[in-house]
Amino acid sequence: MDFTTFLQQMINGFSLGSMYALIAIGYTMVYGVLRLINFAHGDIMMVGAFLVYLAHAAGLSFPAAVLVGVLGAILVGVLTDKVAYKPLREAPKISLLITAIGISFFLENLFNVLFGGVPRAFPAPDYLTQVIHIGKLYLPTTALVIPVVTLLILAGVLWVLYRTKYGMAIRALAFDIPTVKLMGINADGIISLVFALGSALAAVGGIFYAISYPSIDPLMGIIVGLKAFAAAVLGGIGSVTGAVLGGFILGFTEILVVAAFPDLGGYKDAFAFFFLILVLLFRPTGIMGEDLERGRF
Amino acid sequence: MLSVHSLEVYYGVIAAVRGVDIHVKQGTIVTLIGANGAGKTSTLNAIVNGVKKRGDVRFHDRNISRAKTHTIIRDGISLVPEGRHVFINLTVDENLRMGAFNNDTNFERLRDEMYALFPRLDGKRQQTAGTLSGGEQQMLAIARALMSEPRLLMLDEPSLGLAPKIVGELFGVITELKEKKGITILLVEQNAFAALKIADYGYVLENGSITLEGKGSELLGNDEVRKKYLGG
Repeated sequence: MDFTTFLQQMINGFSLGSMYALIAIGYTMVYGVLRLINFAHGDIMMVGAFLVYLAHAAGLSFPAAVLVGVLGAILVGVLTDKVAYKPLREAPKISLLITAIGISFFLENLFNVLFGGVPRAFPAPDYLTQVIHIGKLYLPTTALVIPVVTLLILAGVLWVLYRTKYGMAIRALAFDIPTVKLMGINADGIISLVFALGSALAAVGGIFYAISYPSIDPLMGIIVGLKAFAAAVLGGIGSVTGAVLGGFILGFTEILVVAAFPDLGGYKDAFAFFFLILVLLFRPTGIMGEDLERGRF
Repeated sequence: MLSVHSLEVYYGVIAAVRGVDIHVKQGTIVTLIGANGAGKTSTLNAIVNGVKKRGDVRFHDRNISRAKTHTIIRDGISLVPEGRHVFINLTVDENLRMGAFNNDTNFERLRDEMYALFPRLDGKRQQTAGTLSGGEQQMLAIARALMSEPRLLMLDEPSLGLAPKIVGELFGVITELKEKKGITILLVEQNAFAALKIADYGYVLENGSITLEGKGSELLGNDEVRKKYLGG
């Protein structure tokens, strides 16, 4: 592998890692607050991408369609919590987990019934799919846009978590829900905020994914969601910085495996998960995770 | 100011509180003493609707029996829970910010007041609360509860596990809160002697029922109270 190819692959890895990171944050934040692996989270990403497609097909401009997709995903994410998870707050965690899997199947099949399972071409605008040549580097605009937007979003999330009272409440909630209520804080409102934030990021991740692999289908959230979940675990579930780190590590691993061993490209997911298992063998709580019982922000 | 009528709390089939009546007059310190498991904590939690209950709770002649915990706090009651429950992953400053969640405009003024009231916390503003000593955590828990400028402050076992010197300091502050700021206080304590000394009125709770009540000084002199709770 010469240097140009290496650089090219690093850039690709950065893009892929960005998507995983964006989706992984939602897993890790919901886990941090509710100790719930929200298996429907990958499908929220699909909902976001799908709504962009539908809004665009209905005549909206691409940016307006993106707004519809993000807001729609927020709505579905928050509603999922209100309808399916909130009634089970006092129930055993396993009931919540089963419910989350149920919601996942529900969303996948709902979109399958409504829109069919055939992959559809995603309406990525030209200004995002253009290719720029810098020397021997071959760069789609998205390879620059995705990481930049992702880093801006991450900075925003960290700002909310560490500099606003709402973010402090989210971090407090991860440790002690009854005491948060004693502060006069509507804990359910803060939990909704967590779902809203996570769903918005998942939608953005889903849209990036749909632009890069320009097709969408109702099941697109399964494998990407699973990998983003793996990224969250790799980074240390409950830790936002860990989720970001895990996302990038997974993205780079996947791309570099394909670049280094082109013949084994079909096995890239196997490599990614093998790497996950390897890390967890040596660090069961993930890279940034300190304690599995108590997630940390 | 606060009146509790026929309060009952059950955990499954086990009764923790069986028909308790409590009245707290504005500007007084009222204490609720009793042994471990007498139902003191359940009573306080029931007042802010943190546990399922039966009975009536009125605050300033408003019925708050069915109100949600966070709205009761916004109405002017603060509870310092048993075991302090400071947010151990947040800094001292952030803990205070959480206490003033619905009191943005007065946050900075109140924060400075709290550091003046508890100088021990002043040098540790940016430290995470988990690294504080037990006494400092208790002070932080009280300061955090005061950040919402409550009219009624309820304290659950503030002396638990603290050195006598710190207990003295804390009870001094509690008296000061009543006298200088006019905050009404409902104090739950196992340390009956310390509590009754500063209380205007007291209730003795036994097995979920009030068995005795009276002025703080009267209860201090009561033979039964002396035998059971003050070690003779």
